[in-house]
Amino acid sequence: MTTQTSGFNTQQLHNQNAPDTFPKYLLENATRFADRPAMRHKDLGVWQSWTWSELLVDIRAYSLGLAALGLKEGDKVAIIGQNRPRLYWTFCAVQALGGIPVPVYGDSVAEEMAYVLNHAEVKFAVCQDQEQVDKVLSMGKDVKSLKKIIYDEIRGLRDYEETNLSSLDSVEELGHAEYAKNGDKAWLASINKAKGADLSVMLYTSGTTGRPKGVMLSYDNLVLSARNANAFDKLNENEETLAYLPLAWVGDHIFSYGQHYTAGYCVCCPESPETADGDRREIAPTYFFAPPRVFETMLTHVIVQMQDAGKAKQKMFDYFMAHARRIGEPILNGESVGVWDRFKYFMGELFVYGPLKNRMGLSRMKVGYTAGEAIGPEIFSFYRSLGLNLKQLYGQTEASVYVTAQPDGEIRADTVGRPSPDVEIKIADNGEVLYKSPGVFVGYYKNDAATKETKTKDGWVHTGDAGFFDKEGHLRIIDRAKDVGKLKSGDIFAPKYIENKLKFFPNIKEVVAFGDGRDFCAVFINIDLASVGNWAERNNIAYASYQELAQHPQVYKTIQEHVDQVNRDLASEEMMAGSQVRRFLVLHKELDADDGELTRTQKVRRSFIAERYQPLIEALYDGSSEKYVETEVVFEDGRKGKISATVEIRDMSEHTPSFVKEAAE
Amino acid sequence: MNMHTKPSQEFVMTRPDDGIKVGDPLLVVDHISLSFGGVKAISDISFDVRKGEIRAIIGPNGAGKTSMLNVINGFYHPQEGTITFRGEKRTKMKPHVAAHQGIARTFQNIALFKGMSVLDNIMTGRITLQKRNLLWQALWRGPAEAEELEHRRSVEHIIDFLEIEAIRKTPVGRLPYGLQKRVELGRALAAEPALLLLDEPMAGMNLEEKEDMSRFILDVNQQFGTTIALIEHDMGVVMDLSDRVVVLDYGRKIGDGTPDEVRNNQDVIDAYLGVSHDE
Repeated sequence: MTTQTSGFNTQQLHNQNAPDTFPKYLLENATRFADRPAMRHKDLGVWQSWTWSELLVDIRAYSLGLAALGLKEGDKVAIIGQNRPRLYWTFCAVQALGGIPVPVYGDSVAEEMAYVLNHAEVKFAVCQDQEQVDKVLSMGKDVKSLKKIIYDEIRGLRDYEETNLSSLDSVEELGHAEYAKNGDKAWLASINKAKGADLSVMLYTSGTTGRPKGVMLSYDNLVLSARNANAFDKLNENEETLAYLPLAWVGDHIFSYGQHYTAGYCVCCPESPETADGDRREIAPTYFFAPPRVFETMLTHVIVQMQDAGKAKQKMFDYFMAHARRIGEPILNGESVGVWDRFKYFMGELFVYGPLKNRMGLSRMKVGYTAGEAIGPEIFSFYRSLGLNLKQLYGQTEASVYVTAQPDGEIRADTVGRPSPDVEIKIADNGEVLYKSPGVFVGYYKNDAATKETKTKDGWVHTGDAGFFDKEGHLRIIDRAKDVGKLKSGDIFAPKYIENKLKFFPNIKEVVAFGDGRDFCAVFINIDLASVGNWAERNNIAYASYQELAQHPQVYKTIQEHVDQVNRDLASEEMMAGSQVRRFLVLHKELDADDGELTRTQKVRRSFIAERYQPLIEALYDGSSEKYVETEVVFEDGRKGKISATVEIRDMSEHTPSFVKEAAE
Repeated sequence: MNMHTKPSQEFVMTRPDDGIKVGDPLLVVDHISLSFGGVKAISDISFDVRKGEIRAIIGPNGAGKTSMLNVINGFYHPQEGTITFRGEKRTKMKPHVAAHQGIARTFQNIALFKGMSVLDNIMTGRITLQKRNLLWQALWRGPAEAEELEHRRSVEHIIDFLEIEAIRKTPVGRLPYGLQKRVELGRALAAEPALLLLDEPMAGMNLEEKEDMSRFILDVNQQFGTTIALIEHDMGVVMDLSDRVVVLDYGRKIGDGTPDEVRNNQDVIDAYLGVSHDE
């Protein structure tokens, strides 16, 4: 077992005088970057901004108001809603009093939310709007610890009689009055009392299995990880980012809070989730993070729009994109490229790449990351060939995000890079990846058993992912360690590996592969409605619903071609040749988080799906060519309904293994 | 502090106070009859709309609901009867006068400017509130500019309120039906109406859109204190939303009262379910 560490020198970073908590950073930034923008929010169609010194005034008032309402050291505060400046301020306002913020996924249903609020014993809940307030109120007496509910937007809440409600504005007013009367001596004292080892935040993991667990992170965890990340990508106060991912997700917490405070850059909140794309174009972030899904969607949009464009434009797009595929990445990686090629690339930038990047709001992007899932090699290189410095990282809530990241110039689609600064990694005998870093979490809240299971005595954390280091020292992740199984033939079966290969086709949105302990590998497929729907429109194929389109013979034919292509790919790989897809079906409904089929971060919940679609799985393995199923669905308003369909199952032929055996070392 | 503490400053969307107290009649329709040639659309109908309430007008097809709405906003002139709005009695009036008095409405068949953006459509709702004349508007400098900024601000509040930020600049013709209905509501709201008339706000919508629309109607009533009179076919919606309901059938009033009273009214049940006329 060998350990790998980062070659990155972090010595000069660990300056003893640097602030060690976020409220201390706020005080420092308010003088250091006083007139620089700290936050923006598009409100009433106009970007409103706050400088760091204004941020201090607001957060101080908010914090003093919270204290006046009775928030004490050690109290937990739930933060529920979308990316709003004042919800981000809540983190700091609460931390300044020695309280612990607990962000909660805004789209989780009341029951899930009640569990988290109860488990964390929150005393205050800060909600964005009526929707969230209603959810919290509906829990009623179930959450005994809850004393106060504070909301940001009053709309619809005016006539609520509940006595424990307060608007955020009134809390700030309270704080302003308090400040005018008693000053901020006590407040500053409570900030200065906090130490780096204190608990900073509790993040509940979305949990692909079982109940969510509260990951406790200290200031040291977050501050050091954030500072290391800033140094790694040379981020400073000049960056602008767009905060559009869930507040409760560790990634957003680091990008839009941790790094925001430590680097002093500006975080912009979109007007609403639907306008995030347009708002991104207006802001043009310099540092951008998105899960592969977002990049896929953007690419699908581009491709769809190009198909609707005029002939000349299409020709130009195809010509320059072909050139970019050949030359773009080498240029980005700093390799030597001929003058003529560079000139053509320059022309391409003028006519195609530049406008395209502008359209996607990535014109100013200095560094972009994708993580969370594997990204399709075609998608990845599409963005890179445009000259965008898109990189991959591998992270976990338990590590304060960063485990590995790709350094500039060493980018590959199928690896997640080298260990991040200060991170040590080793691979266990069963293939599981273990790491040790300053970002390693304190423990799971009120769950010592789980903490012991995940974190060894000497500080190594089990990731639960199987992976290996390639020759260049880059980490490759294959799948969840517990998901990697075996076919009856003894061949290795890594479901996610197969699923990802299929998902790289724009027509395919989601895939679930089965095969552990079975004779062969078979898959469920979800088509992508945007992409297939556009295709149907252009080919005059009428359809009324997702279900009808999914069952269309032409669609089946296309999907069959995709599966065949994947089989051919798999046949060329030594490890995977045995797990070619022998049978597949296109599901009659889209997998949905509301039905519990996906997690809130849109990851497939394999075991749940296996249970729910048991009849279909049996049909995959009993040789039948179709199967009638009824599935219960939950609509957005919570009502239940049923979808029934006869799902067709298709057989695939296997390709003969075509790999070249590598010489034994 | 044991009370729901609200912000001390808020955006308001109401016309200057007219001295009518919440719960007092805002609009009184007194013995109205309307006929087109030989066809009696409305005969001898009286009811009132109280300030701050949501009043529903229901009835089977051809009962005279839309005619009633058209009478209220001055589009039709009744042959008999009087209408008192905000204490002012009137018999004949032009629709634009009604608009200036603070009556805004939406239409059964959407009547938006299809080629104009959502923003511009809602801006048109504020025309009755603009003080500068055409010349100033054309010059668009100084006072006109300041005024437009003020109006734009109000319109943005409505866009925020109706959650249509993402389509602010989209031409209305490109929007799905449910959203167009929402934009139309936005335009009516922009006039800061004292009385808002909604003609089948939920017709042709799916369940989700209906729920959204219901929430918006309730929020308008609650947040802006706007008095609303609406025509609707979806009984579930009517019973949930409205404070009082008036029922029309063949141009006559057959019921008036709270949703519960109306639901148990035999005449209403007969009109909706039908009775045998043989007896």
